[in-house]
Amino acid sequence: MSSAAGEPTDSWTAAARRQLERRLPWENLLPDRQPFYVGSWVYVFGVVTIAALIWVVLSGVVLAAFGPQWWHLSSAGRFVNSLHFWSVQVFFVFMVLHLWGQYFMASWRQGRAPTWMIGVVTFAVSIVAAFTGYLSQQNFAAQYIAINAKDAVNSTGVGGFFNVLNFGQMYGLHVMLLPIAVIALVFLHIIQVRMRGVVPPIE
Amino acid sequence: MDQPAGYLHWGFILISWPNLLVIGLMVVLFGLALVLPFPGHSSSVNEEKKP
Repeated sequence: MSSAAGEPTDSWTAAARRQLERRLPWENLLPDRQPFYVGSWVYVFGVVTIAALIWVVLSGVVLAAFGPQWWHLSSAGRFVNSLHFWSVQVFFVFMVLHLWGQYFMASWRQGRAPTWMIGVVTFAVSIVAAFTGYLSQQNFAAQYIAINAKDAVNSTGVGGFFNVLNFGQMYGLHVMLLPIAVIALVFLHIIQVRMRGVVPPIE
Repeated sequence: MDQPAGYLHWGFILISWPNLLVIGLMVVLFGLALVLPFPGHSSSVNEEKKP
């Protein structure tokens, strides 16, 4: 809301709007030009990771809609199950390649430490998301993994809350809370990259 | 396929062959990304290109 003279007021919405306009202008958020050094395959790893995440989410939504009998017993279900599994493999392979690339060019330079740290947290949350996925398969492998993991998880001290033998809890975390966390973190990561621009190579 | 994977056991290193293969392929892919030319990429250092 503006005052009679058209000057912005000191309300929190106006302050938030001014901050967003200053730190994330549209030309930064949706750029049509990139610096010369972005023309390298190393910069493609992050984009492939996002593409894999989209496939993970889409195939996961289908699996959640139809359920374990479908994904174990029908041809279409087994196909979508495999699509989900292999897109996760692609997601992790390219996330680690992206990590190597950004590590060797020290991407935390020039005020980009928050971008780097959000990437680190995304990696950690993704590992938990994948782990709960292995526990949600509804087969003997899932039971084997849960039984073997319980002592390790208990030894960390989180076993009182994070019970790998509790299928309902693991499945709920896997299809609801952890995907929301990963998607939100990736969104924040991309916003941070757009705010500060792609890190230039080391001189 | 439905049996435990074989393992490489070399001193203190213990890793399954499939995991070692994936890591090897990732290292090769990383090396290729560094050396392969990017399509539409000219040699001018200061020029800005559309993505």
